[in-house]
Amino acid sequence: MERFINFLKSLTLRELRKGLGVTGRHLFKRKFTVQYPEEKTPQSNRFRGLHALRRYPNGEERCIACKLCEAVCPALAITIEAEERADGTRRTTRYDIDLFKCIYCGFCEESCPVDSIVETRIFEYAFENRGENIMTKEMLLAVGDKYEEQIAKDRMQDAAYR
Amino acid sequence: MAEFWEIIREPFFITLKIVAILVPLLLAVAYLTFAERKIIGYMQVRIGPNRVGPRGWLQPIADALKLLMKEIVVPTSSNRYLFLIAPMISIAPALAAWAAIPFTDTLVLANIDASLIYILALTSVGVYGVIIAGWASNSKYAFLGAMRSAAQIVSYEIAMGFALVGVLIAGGSLNLVEIVKAQQGSLVHWFWLPLFPLFLVYFISGLAETNRAPFDVAEGESEIVAGFHVEYSGMAFAVFFLAEYANMILIATLAALMFLGGWLSPFEGTWFEAWFAWVPGIFWLLAKTSLFLFCFLWFRATFPRYRYDQIMRLGWKVFIPITIVWIVVAGGLVLGEVGPWFN
Repeated sequence: MERFINFLKSLTLRELRKGLGVTGRHLFKRKFTVQYPEEKTPQSNRFRGLHALRRYPNGEERCIACKLCEAVCPALAITIEAEERADGTRRTTRYDIDLFKCIYCGFCEESCPVDSIVETRIFEYAFENRGENIMTKEMLLAVGDKYEEQIAKDRMQDAAYR
Repeated sequence: MAEFWEIIREPFFITLKIVAILVPLLLAVAYLTFAERKIIGYMQVRIGPNRVGPRGWLQPIADALKLLMKEIVVPTSSNRYLFLIAPMISIAPALAAWAAIPFTDTLVLANIDASLIYILALTSVGVYGVIIAGWASNSKYAFLGAMRSAAQIVSYEIAMGFALVGVLIAGGSLNLVEIVKAQQGSLVHWFWLPLFPLFLVYFISGLAETNRAPFDVAEGESEIVAGFHVEYSGMAFAVFFLAEYANMILIATLAALMFLGGWLSPFEGTWFEAWFAWVPGIFWLLAKTSLFLFCFLWFRATFPRYRYDQIMRLGWKVFIPITIVWIVVAGGLVLGEVGPWFN
């Protein structure tokens, strides 16, 4: 009897009709597509994109060349050289991030004792020539200067959980 | 001059008629690919191509231009002559079959008596293109695809042929115009009702004949790359593509003609008949064809590919017995003059 029922089910294409029903319903569903350049998905304030080096409000760079980020970086993307300045403070002379090596894990940001190196929300960047993948200290500081407002706001929102 | 015109007149008008059929057909093929991408996209809850032109309407034009510009790569170890002739063999019957398709009771290029046989013969020739392409490419994937396609089409041709036998018993003629005229009356007078199993078998065999999902083992992207046309590029590939889609439209049109009453209005014999009397018959034919074409795309979005042995089982052990039984039933219905179809 059960075999006969199964036979009838397959003869009347029951399962196939069910499947057609599913796709038929989805035809009229609201579409998930985000049409990227015009529409964008919301971003978290913890978004980890392009890096930046921050400054104190008085314009002094935060980085003290402790090299914690360089040490923690799992991809060895950070290269730091440091020297003592005339006023006796230690500052970097070179701070390079190789964006080809970087895996955007955010460890550098977490390890930084002075909140100097941060990852911003910028993700739309591309390289056209060799060498452009290396972010130098100047470039990182420039990014930091340009987006300081957003960076500070994002850190503020997340401060309670750090 | 006048004599010259007399000689050239007949061929000229025939050419004109051919162009009048083929240009809309090729446009329909182009926009069928667009419809396919859109509809399958919608069924996958995304929106499909919408970047080229307003709402993506120029997408097929862009695709065609791209394919025209591309190089036709001929593999060095292939049989060059057969390699290039295979796409032509595959498209020629797909277009030639349209000669005998009636669009309304008067609008038909060649109203031949055996149009059903003619179309069946031509659609069978198309498989040679596939087999020759697979063999000439000298590639194992192409060859596997060709072998699968040959076995599949031979198997389903039989079921399809039997389904058509049922139609010609019911219609009492091999002429498609006569077959449609025999369905006159109303929606329930059409042959889909008395020949319902044959209708299903015909349409599913049609899917298999055109190598469409879920019977696309000849292509089988996931197993044999692209099957018989792996080695083809540029326009040679596009010609295969055109042939496949032209065949789809052909099968859909035939199904509409033989089972859904062709150009007959679905409101015939109801109260609405007078309201829709102004609609030209060709519109109903196109609407019914589109319905079947939508099913082609719907099935592709829904069903996973059949395993090879399942295809063979379905063709030989399910479809052929069903069609044979129903031919006997149809014969009985016709002999017994069972209404409302055969009295």
